[in-house]
Amino acid sequence: MKKRSIALVVYFLFLLLPIYWMVNMGLKTNEEILGTFTLFPQHPTLANFRTIFTDPGWYSGYLNSIAYVSMNTVLSVLVALPAAYAFSRYAFVGDKHMFFWLLTNRMSPPAVFLLPFFELYSSIGLFDTHIAVALAHMLFNVPLAVWILEGFMSGVPKEIDETAYIDGYSFPRFFLRIFLPLIRSGIGVTAFFCFMFSWVELLLARTLTSVDAKPIAATMTRTVSAAGMDWGTLAAAGVITILPGALVIWFVRNYIAKGFALGRV
Amino acid sequence: MQKTENNKAWFLVLPVFVCVAFSALIPLMTVVNYSVQDILGPNQRVFVGTEWFLEVLQDEDLHDALIRQIEFSALILLIEIPLGIALALALPTQGWRTSLCLVLLALPLLIPWNVVGTIWQIFGRGDIGLGGYVVNALGVSYNYTAEPLDAWVTVVVMDIWHWTPLVVLLCYAGLRAIPDAYYQAARIDGASAWAVFRYIQLPKLRGVLLIAFLLRFMDSFMIYTEPFVLTGGGPGNSTTFLSQYLTTLAVGQFDVGPAAAFSIIYFLIILLLSFIFYTVIQNMGKGGAS
Amino acid sequence: MARIELKGLAHSYRAMPSAPTDYALRQMDMVWEDGGAYALLGPSGCGKTTLLNIISGLIRPSQGRVLFDGRDVTELAPQQRNIAQVFQFPVIYDTMTVFDNLAFPLRNRGVAEAEVTTRVHEVAEMLELTADLKRRASGLGADAKQKISLGRGLVRKDVAAILFDEPLTVIDPHLKWILRRKLKQIHQQFRLSLIYVTHDQIEALTFADQVVVMYDGQVVQLGTPQQLFETPAHTFVGYFIGSPGMNLMPCKLDGDVVVIDGLRLPLAPERAQRARAAGGQLQLGIRPEFLQCLAAPQADAIAAEIQAVEDLGNYKIVTARFAGNTVKAKLPEDAPATVGAAWLLLPRERMQLYADGRSVG
Repeated sequence: MKKRSIALVVYFLFLLLPIYWMVNMGLKTNEEILGTFTLFPQHPTLANFRTIFTDPGWYSGYLNSIAYVSMNTVLSVLVALPAAYAFSRYAFVGDKHMFFWLLTNRMSPPAVFLLPFFELYSSIGLFDTHIAVALAHMLFNVPLAVWILEGFMSGVPKEIDETAYIDGYSFPRFFLRIFLPLIRSGIGVTAFFCFMFSWVELLLARTLTSVDAKPIAATMTRTVSAAGMDWGTLAAAGVITILPGALVIWFVRNYIAKGFALGRV
Repeated sequence: MQKTENNKAWFLVLPVFVCVAFSALIPLMTVVNYSVQDILGPNQRVFVGTEWFLEVLQDEDLHDALIRQIEFSALILLIEIPLGIALALALPTQGWRTSLCLVLLALPLLIPWNVVGTIWQIFGRGDIGLGGYVVNALGVSYNYTAEPLDAWVTVVVMDIWHWTPLVVLLCYAGLRAIPDAYYQAARIDGASAWAVFRYIQLPKLRGVLLIAFLLRFMDSFMIYTEPFVLTGGGPGNSTTFLSQYLTTLAVGQFDVGPAAAFSIIYFLIILLLSFIFYTVIQNMGKGGAS
Repeated sequence: MARIELKGLAHSYRAMPSAPTDYALRQMDMVWEDGGAYALLGPSGCGKTTLLNIISGLIRPSQGRVLFDGRDVTELAPQQRNIAQVFQFPVIYDTMTVFDNLAFPLRNRGVAEAEVTTRVHEVAEMLELTADLKRRASGLGADAKQKISLGRGLVRKDVAAILFDEPLTVIDPHLKWILRRKLKQIHQQFRLSLIYVTHDQIEALTFADQVVVMYDGQVVQLGTPQQLFETPAHTFVGYFIGSPGMNLMPCKLDGDVVVIDGLRLPLAPERAQRARAAGGQLQLGIRPEFLQCLAAPQADAIAAEIQAVEDLGNYKIVTARFAGNTVKAKLPEDAPATVGAAWLLLPRERMQLYADGRSVG
């Protein structure tokens, strides 16, 4: 047992050290960073964080990112729900091929779509908008959403649908008032993964934006100034991008543990 | 579940179809278009057939990038899969420790990929980074911006840091799904810990490992942001993998023709892999273990 | 072969049990005779699986001792205890052949390969698995897999007892009786102690020589199927065994007479004495099989009203009402019974008296 714990501790140290180091740097001034090498900030300062919260150049990046990620999550889930229901309950012409085709989109190299997307969204005047990135991310989030939701929906027996129809429910009413509450956790999981994949993807997000909808990633790549690399601000910016993810995990931690305990992948 | 035959279900699928078609089919058509034409000017397009494809397939730099990509993917798979299994076996199964471990594991997976690159960019530097500083202090000369080998090591370690948790979480879920009765029977049969691993755990993890393997293989084959932020593909070309090569062709050099041709090839490779993935998962579901 | 004794045994899954409800198994002393075929019967959650796992060593009891042939094995691990356990669903090693599955427990204990082969062939023959020995275990049906699980227990020469935890749950109904018969054959051949946990009374009553009925963490009766049927020691046994279960009617004691809502039934004085000594809520029990239905009144017959008659082929279930209670009677198919007024006979020797659920004899 002891060997196991030591191995785990070593691994988690490996996992946390680089993150700690970035936090450490975010709390130092550039002078201190470039000066002597210390494990803790000698004169901890919140100046870097203050810069980010007050400089529109910085915080707009976060707001933009949150905007398109939220849009994408909502749209992906909304669009995926009826489709997942169809795949779960019905057999129709081309259903297996459609499902496979959807999956392939999840596996598409974003690099392939750079140029076409750039031209497409420019031509319809959506370049540099939040909705453009939200739509572009739907390319791989919608298949994922359909895949996950279909799995959860298949766990609900068809008898429930049939009973509702016998009881006189119309399809929309049944779907909203009976079906959706049953797959609540499935919708949660789906929203989580859509959020995650959209938040972390930045190649497409950077390509489709320039000023108005620029995500935080693009902002972070321009921290070089005449005085050299602005390490402190860069590190602080990085720390802040970890926060939404960390918060989300913290809030769903019990569901994660419970989900694993029940043997669901 | 018995599915009802009803073609009207297409209406339910229509929104998805429209969205994904918009995001996928139209761009792909554009790419195909570009791959067989040479654009000399605003309205001057010449059909050149397979010329771009041939040019791209003979491109030395492309060959190098492809080889580097295969080496990279093979290397990280060889490390991440066994490491993931080992960690999943070591994780606690009950109590607050479990929640804590799962939360920590999920952390690297939720960091924007460019920030992952930035974290390691900082961490690996000899002057301001803890990792670089310590390694150099131990007497090993290490500089990832100048030495190709150091750059490779850093990129590989970064990927391991970033993605092993995914393998761990998948394996952990697979392990938790094994009913207690198997372990109880093994105890009664007098099986050693190694026998339990070899005859019970590993076979039952087969499905999950396959998913992990295919996901990591495909994602690593498409990797772009993290190595780009960390090394920019350098020093020189030493850490330029396929996606970056394609991006440079398309957006950097604006060699639209070759870029489009290469995109098609790249896409076909991934398509083939996805097909294998899909078929394997489907067969697992049907023939299925446990 | 082993005589299994449980002394002062109790178990709680909580670290600091305080109330009786915290215990999965309440304090008990029991003896399982060597070579006996026992059924452990009870509803879900009554503690029978816990008890089984304590005997096999998979759980360490919070209190008490487990003895095999007088030897204290409470601290010993399962593999040191000469027991085998068959679980609810077939547990086999998917990647191995049937032969290797059966050989596994022997190889783990370092038995010589020649002897392993002999033993495996013996057991395979006994279980009719010889044809499948070279096949991969994962490709067989559920019943064959359960036979393999059983085989892994039989293959060890030193095995003293085999414990079964609802082993026929996933087996198709038409294969269940084949396996049950096989278990009986093995019991007769080897005289191993067999403890068979089930919630199905038919299985318990047909398989076992002695049945242990459990309820809410306690053993409420140990006896032959006939004893359980004719003289249930607890209202739960009365209710659980038999289909339909025993009729129970709340009653009071007035001298030597049992009074149910005005109806007076005389008792033997010793019985009434015991009931008085026991105190608590009294109930009168009688099995539907022992109620007789008469078309015309007789001495000792009780006036009743038949409310429903269900004809189930070779017997009838009659629902009748008297003295403020509804009872069921199980009558042969040619017995006269129609809805309306009727007379019931309650044989005194078949009446059971219970105080707070426990029989007072």
